[in-house]
Amino acid sequence: MKVLVAVKRVVDYNVKVRVKADNSGVDLANVKMSMNPFCEIAVEEAVRLKEKGVATEIVVVSIGPATAQEQLRTALALGADRAILVESAEDLTSLAVAKLLKAVVDKEQPQLVILGKQAIDSDNNQTGQMLAALTGYGQGTFASKVEVSGDSVAVTREIDGGAQTVSLKLPAIVTTDLRLNEPRYASLPNIMKAKKKPLESVTPDALGVSTASTNKTVKVEAPAARSAGIKVKSVAELVEKLKNEAKVI
Amino acid sequence: MTILVIAEHDNKVVAPSTLNTVAAAAKIGGDIHVLVAGQGSAAVAEAAAKIAGVSKVLLADNAAYAHQLPENVAPLIAELGAGYSHILAAATSNGKNILPRVAAQLDVDQISEIVSVESADTFKRPIYAGNAIATVQSTASVKVITVRATGFDPVAAEGGSAAVEAVAAAHDAGTSSFVGEELAKSDRPELTAAKIVVSGGRGMQNGDNFKHLYALADKLGAAVGASRAAVDAGFVPNDMQVGQTGKIVAPQLYIAVGISGAIQHLAGMKDSKVIVAINKDEEAPIFQVADYGLVADLFEAVPELEKLV
Repeated sequence: MKVLVAVKRVVDYNVKVRVKADNSGVDLANVKMSMNPFCEIAVEEAVRLKEKGVATEIVVVSIGPATAQEQLRTALALGADRAILVESAEDLTSLAVAKLLKAVVDKEQPQLVILGKQAIDSDNNQTGQMLAALTGYGQGTFASKVEVSGDSVAVTREIDGGAQTVSLKLPAIVTTDLRLNEPRYASLPNIMKAKKKPLESVTPDALGVSTASTNKTVKVEAPAARSAGIKVKSVAELVEKLKNEAKVI
Repeated sequence: MTILVIAEHDNKVVAPSTLNTVAAAAKIGGDIHVLVAGQGSAAVAEAAAKIAGVSKVLLADNAAYAHQLPENVAPLIAELGAGYSHILAAATSNGKNILPRVAAQLDVDQISEIVSVESADTFKRPIYAGNAIATVQSTASVKVITVRATGFDPVAAEGGSAAVEAVAAAHDAGTSSFVGEELAKSDRPELTAAKIVVSGGRGMQNGDNFKHLYALADKLGAAVGASRAAVDAGFVPNDMQVGQTGKIVAPQLYIAVGISGAIQHLAGMKDSKVIVAINKDEEAPIFQVADYGLVADLFEAVPELEKLV
């Protein structure tokens, strides 16, 4: 079966971002960018499904600026077969991204679509669910285990208080949680080979999708700073402070 | 303006996060209706009717909603919610699972995890793991929003007297089914609702050593949490994880033991009122957010702390 994986180019998770002085957003000039960590897990799961003989083809798709090609090449180096870039310089909302992905799904007809559960920049946690709504497919969000058997997929999901398993009819949408797998690293020979794999570029217009939004970001501020704390010398002093100064115990 | 709040429940009791969500709805202003979708959840509807500020409770009792599968519940919410000005749910794993599906069905953008209400159409929410706060305005006819519970003080669970109205609509998409669930058992308070949280990190060295934290937590009436490092190392189950990818907590007192304080962990706890860090590494980033820091070996400090509190 064909597996479609969506990946996003985001600021590297180790970078501590700074808010721009004019409060229009965060400063992303000259900041290291990477594949969103949850998307890496999505790619890894697809590659493992292929290694198990469940998946026959892995198509990886990214929606974003031309530079998102780097993340697509990374996914190709990890084992994806071909890539699609939906090129858009705008900052798109999750709904717009879901609509663009729906257009790609309509064209590619995958049996399984794997996304990360959230992107670490917008922290929205919406796109997979929205894509499931638009396609009418079942959704297995926050997956820690994915097992395909016949025409259905069993997804174990991380929920508040434990784990839940649901069975979804294929085609279906899965979003990955941290514990689904440990992503591999791309080897140098595979990085070289990935340069020759096909990468197709399309525009939202060509897909016939409007990316208009009902949300507008008015401003972006730095969070309120915590006032500096103190170092205590002993456990006794700590307990005294908590009881008499902070009055929390 | 009428606001629809989706009740968080397990078919038996209303989860506390529903009270925080109603509090957010009250800040927006207008009539507040609560939807209870489930199976055999009449008791939940009765409890929801008593929540202060709620004027009506809608009860959709149907086998299709037993486990609140989004494929079945989202069409119900989209159908009922089309006439409301706002649809709100707590940003729990359930709310996060269902609401974006509702938003897409209504063809509107969603606003995730709001921490404050500026006006009926403008809200604040953290982005980049809490390193920036975005103010977002929505022009959608129906504003679909998830609420970070720790951003709002809960309303009273008693005092209201709303009418309960049955909803007949049954949606069964037939694309998904519930197979089973495994819930971690714990007698301690629930992590996201606890007044005190004691958390352990990689510095705990193994799962067995968490007994020191359990002993301290039991004495303080606290919940026990963990960093991603401790969960990934297999010390404790993943539902104990505090952080961007785990649970967001904002207790009165947060005690971080053997936790370095990575960005992803801080995103889950830095709104705590008082933060205490116990770590033997003086340079650990956790000390930058801690109100009280103790540079010490946790295996000596924690048992001593337990004795003194």
